[in-house]
Amino acid sequence: MTDSSLRLVWIYPDLLSTYGDQGNALVVERRAHQRRLNVSRVDVRSDQPVPTSGDIYLIGGGEDRPQRLAAERLRRDGGLNRAVANGAIVFSVCAGYQILGHEFVNDLGQREAGLGLLDVVSTRGEGERCVGDVLADIDPNLNLPPLTGFENHQGITHLGQSARPFARTRLGRGNGTGDGTEGAFNDTVFGTYMHGPVMARNPHIADLLLKLALDVNALPPVDDRWYDALRDERINAATQPA
Amino acid sequence: MAGNTEPLSSRARLAVTAGKAAAAVSRAAGRGSGSVIGGKVALRLDPDLLRRLAQHLDVILVSATNGKTTTTRLIAEALRAAGPVVSNALGANMPAGITSALAGGSDARFGVIEVDEKYLAGVARDTTPKAIALLNLSRDQLDRAAETRMLAEKWREGLAGTKAVVIANADDPLIVWAASSSPNVVWVAAGQEWKDDAWSCPSCGGVMQRPGDDWFCAQCGFRRPSPGWALRDDHVLDPHGSAWPIHLQLPGRANKANATTSAAVAATFGVPPGVALQRMYQVQAVAGRYDVVSFQGRDLRLLLAKNPAGWLETFSLIDPPPTPVILSVNARGADGTDTSWLWDVDYTRLAGHPICVLGDRRLDLAVRLEVAGLTFRVCETLDEAVQYAPPGRIEVIANYTAFQDLRRRVGN
Repeated sequence: MTDSSLRLVWIYPDLLSTYGDQGNALVVERRAHQRRLNVSRVDVRSDQPVPTSGDIYLIGGGEDRPQRLAAERLRRDGGLNRAVANGAIVFSVCAGYQILGHEFVNDLGQREAGLGLLDVVSTRGEGERCVGDVLADIDPNLNLPPLTGFENHQGITHLGQSARPFARTRLGRGNGTGDGTEGAFNDTVFGTYMHGPVMARNPHIADLLLKLALDVNALPPVDDRWYDALRDERINAATQPA
Repeated sequence: MAGNTEPLSSRARLAVTAGKAAAAVSRAAGRGSGSVIGGKVALRLDPDLLRRLAQHLDVILVSATNGKTTTTRLIAEALRAAGPVVSNALGANMPAGITSALAGGSDARFGVIEVDEKYLAGVARDTTPKAIALLNLSRDQLDRAAETRMLAEKWREGLAGTKAVVIANADDPLIVWAASSSPNVVWVAAGQEWKDDAWSCPSCGGVMQRPGDDWFCAQCGFRRPSPGWALRDDHVLDPHGSAWPIHLQLPGRANKANATTSAAVAATFGVPPGVALQRMYQVQAVAGRYDVVSFQGRDLRLLLAKNPAGWLETFSLIDPPPTPVILSVNARGADGTDTSWLWDVDYTRLAGHPICVLGDRRLDLAVRLEVAGLTFRVCETLDEAVQYAPPGRIEVIANYTAFQDLRRRVGN
């Protein structure tokens, strides 16, 4: 495994890196290095072509206008769709999650086409913005501990037949549909509303992506002391009344 | 002008008096300076009070994401060369705090007012300023604030056609966009280290090109204006080409930039750069920021950094390793309750410093530093962190409420 070389692609930091989600790239990189995996990170700006040879693609959250611009440029580029057709792993957050679906509502209040990589459709909620700490149970098939994160979105995401909910909320709004679902996934494409960033709060998700990309069932353990302490604190804070 | 002395109405005078009484009660109760509660009471009694108080003053507004309290102080010092100044020096920068501050300065000629970004357009409407200084805009408290570009857009709409001279940072594309609706702009090349909120053109959304210190949008032609004033190394360059050395007691590049903007503001009121800068040198600390305090026999320098752009500027002014560093972060209401922004800060800049982390959200910092590959220690209290710190002056960097906690602990 030590001679494996992983290509990590961070999509559009100029548009979709507003809420600290580049932390996900940092955590994946760090945990790969700790396993002595050779990982190279490529940051792709929105005036550059998306490489199709990446193993793991990460997309973050952004504000409404940059989200529309990112969707336009990703559709025109086509590289991410080709990469997924080749079996690449994609993990997306918030605005990035909505872009991976069939459509979302853009800053002009119009329906904007997404990339159709996840069977979801996003609309804009009429009620209060979803802001705050979230605690959720991740799909048992993924065999991960509870999800903790911070949500900050107006969007509501409806799942179609071929998308499974990434998690079921215990606290917080998640997809905002009122059915307790949070995020969505299929074989290789994941979406969540969680910031924090989500991998700083849930490093096992970073490990899951590494395992999927390397096609292995286990990775050598690393020192998770600080992650565990942070997780305990956030889960306690979420479950105890303020 | 200050000569416009329509006397305050009896209602306005009553409102000022009631506001001062409420502030005094608040102070006596040990609940802060009372400036905000005083202003609220006064505005309740006379909603038009801010406009009326401002009528008697040459008003200068200062707004930005970072540096507005310091710059307000520097401008106030500089303008004292030309006449008495009233200012909301303690950073109470919303309408109530501003009203309260102005009510305390009936003899002043100038009102130098720091304004919260969200309130700039409204306060500009109420106070008819002579000058408005716009320093920078970047991401801050995104769990409750408007989008950064939308803020620039609101400024642009609110300041359209203003009679004020707008003194604006030519190096921040969002500031240039915000100021571009104003007919009379003095551009200052004040620099902006943080670039990550202006990679897409605020006008058309095109990708911004940034060769060297320049910037432009290749798509629509929106570009950096040619500045009249500039910060170059340790000098202010004025529009006549003269270079004025800067000898501030305040540290860092960002404060030299603040001084450059302040000199440009002072010049619009006839105060020459040499005189203005000389007066700015007296400023040692601003509302506790940059103060060096003695605590447990050690020297601590207190530095406030509230958002990624602020942390970046702060890293560039601290003493080099092995100077010990203490970091403290909270996520209470005034800080923004989402700590994700810590991941937009490049903490690898602290490599080589002994580091202690503190604050309500010290575990977020711990994970952040672990992933940055740094060695650090997690402490419960400032006392513990100071005991652990190796010899030398300690740089203490904290966000908003963490900074207030530290000031209380060290008795500053």
